[in-house]
Amino acid sequence: MVVAGYAVSESIRRRVFPVVLVLTASFLALYGFGVYKAYQSVDSSAVESIGEGAFVDQRVLFSATLFGLSIFAVLFLGTVLAIFLTHAVVRGDAERGLLQPLVVRPVGRAALLAGRCGAAVLVCAVYVVAVYALALLITHWITGWWPDRIVAPALELAAAVAVIVVISLFGSIVLSAIANGIAIFMVFGAGLVAGLLGQIGEALDSDSLNTIADVASWVLPFEALYQDALNRITADTVGFTKVALSLGPFGGAQPAGLWLAPYVVAYVAALAAVGLWAFNRKDL
Amino acid sequence: MYARRVTAFRAQGLAKRYGSVVALGGVDLEVAEGELVGLLGPNGAGKSTLVKIACGLVRPSAGTAEVAGAPAGSAAARAALGYLAELFRFPGWYTADELLALHQRLAGSDGGEPERAELLELVGLAEAKARKVEAMSKGMQQRLGIAQALVGRPRLLFLDEPTSALDPLGRRTVRELLEELRRRGVSVLLNSHLLSEVELVCDRVVILSRGVVVSAGRTEELARPRGVEVDTDSGTRLFEAARREDAPGIVRDLVAAGDQVYGVRVLETTLEEIYLEAVEGETS
Repeated sequence: MVVAGYAVSESIRRRVFPVVLVLTASFLALYGFGVYKAYQSVDSSAVESIGEGAFVDQRVLFSATLFGLSIFAVLFLGTVLAIFLTHAVVRGDAERGLLQPLVVRPVGRAALLAGRCGAAVLVCAVYVVAVYALALLITHWITGWWPDRIVAPALELAAAVAVIVVISLFGSIVLSAIANGIAIFMVFGAGLVAGLLGQIGEALDSDSLNTIADVASWVLPFEALYQDALNRITADTVGFTKVALSLGPFGGAQPAGLWLAPYVVAYVAALAAVGLWAFNRKDL
Repeated sequence: MYARRVTAFRAQGLAKRYGSVVALGGVDLEVAEGELVGLLGPNGAGKSTLVKIACGLVRPSAGTAEVAGAPAGSAAARAALGYLAELFRFPGWYTADELLALHQRLAGSDGGEPERAELLELVGLAEAKARKVEAMSKGMQQRLGIAQALVGRPRLLFLDEPTSALDPLGRRTVRELLEELRRRGVSVLLNSHLLSEVELVCDRVVILSRGVVVSAGRTEELARPRGVEVDTDSGTRLFEAARREDAPGIVRDLVAAGDQVYGVRVLETTLEEIYLEAVEGETS
């Protein structure tokens, strides 16, 4: 708890934190302005006919697409925060001489790593849920639309960022601070690209692309969590509105299934165990 | 009744290799309770590696190290020691008092505010209690580092170049602090390049070169006679083969011969000469 308290204090007092807050406020302001201006061009009461007996609810299509965009932005901002808080925790801090005075204390390396991890997860999860909630309120305030699921996507986004925290902490044991920061951003990008490939694979009915996306989702489960969160916001939406959504950039997400949660727990536990083993053997 | 004396620190056959580079090549070293030992050697001799193994920061390739009877790196060993690294850094946003409070919690010290006040007083930083680390000079940070190492009343202190950034006054403060620690029975392993400082405060010196102990003992034991120097009215005369016990006879003979004697000095090799001889001129 002492280490976690230290790490939370460090997270908040680091110069990067105000920068993230300013970026977040800017994003939310721009998002709100964008949704407001775009929504003016949408007839909110319109249910557009696209053929005989086929209709698309424009308000749902518009709101879910833009809220899907905000979910992507929330994940991106949460990832930026997670990386900045964790990319230098072991090797970076050791190279700067910040780590040694802490490691020689009786608390031990395991508690140190757990405390740093817990603090980063807490800060990032609170941040992600708060920004998600604000984006949701902005969307609802302007369009009057609520997603089909509200709490579960927020928790999945928080879990996705927690996975990134653990991957970044693991990377910080073996890589220098800058190398790790770059590597985690690339991993994050790779996950998103794999997700897009999966959506394209669904649209083209390509087994190869779908397989690539599936493997990537298992290797980088934050992507599966993000996709599942996206899917849940229109989980009960049906008909041509759902079809129209699935054609958009944030609508083709696939549900992850029941195994995702236990798999993520096992993934994090395995990565933490290997990371701790490596940290315990690391010369500082 | 015989009570086994527990040495503060013991290294036996301690070795460390980094690939093909031998940092320590089998070092035997003991620091007794309350003893102040100076660890000398050129850059790359293995001094910092030895201290880091003792603190549990580096894993030895061979040999054993014990701190207060416990294996180096164990929780019991870490609880018994204080450490100031050669290259260290503290979070800039902490005040001196907050930093010591953090280390009190990490060390499990119940000393509270009185301990912090005493330590800051001891290193001459009582007035800087509320000053942030980032607003301190390097010398002040080094003294704060020493105070940090003393949190929790450690039995053994490892100081790696603790005066490298200090001005002459700061060095004197540290020297007085080391003498105070000796009075309190705290053992100190002082790693320093400042031979004059080591000579002034240490009970014993250990000289490392290329990872092995090349000389060890009390300075007066290591010193060799260099003759007797006498100031007379006809100038300074050096009796190279003479020893301390020869001085009265030399003076008597000179006076009998009609010389005026103004001063007599018994010459011995200085620590610097002992050091240079031991390391055979190696610089790094």
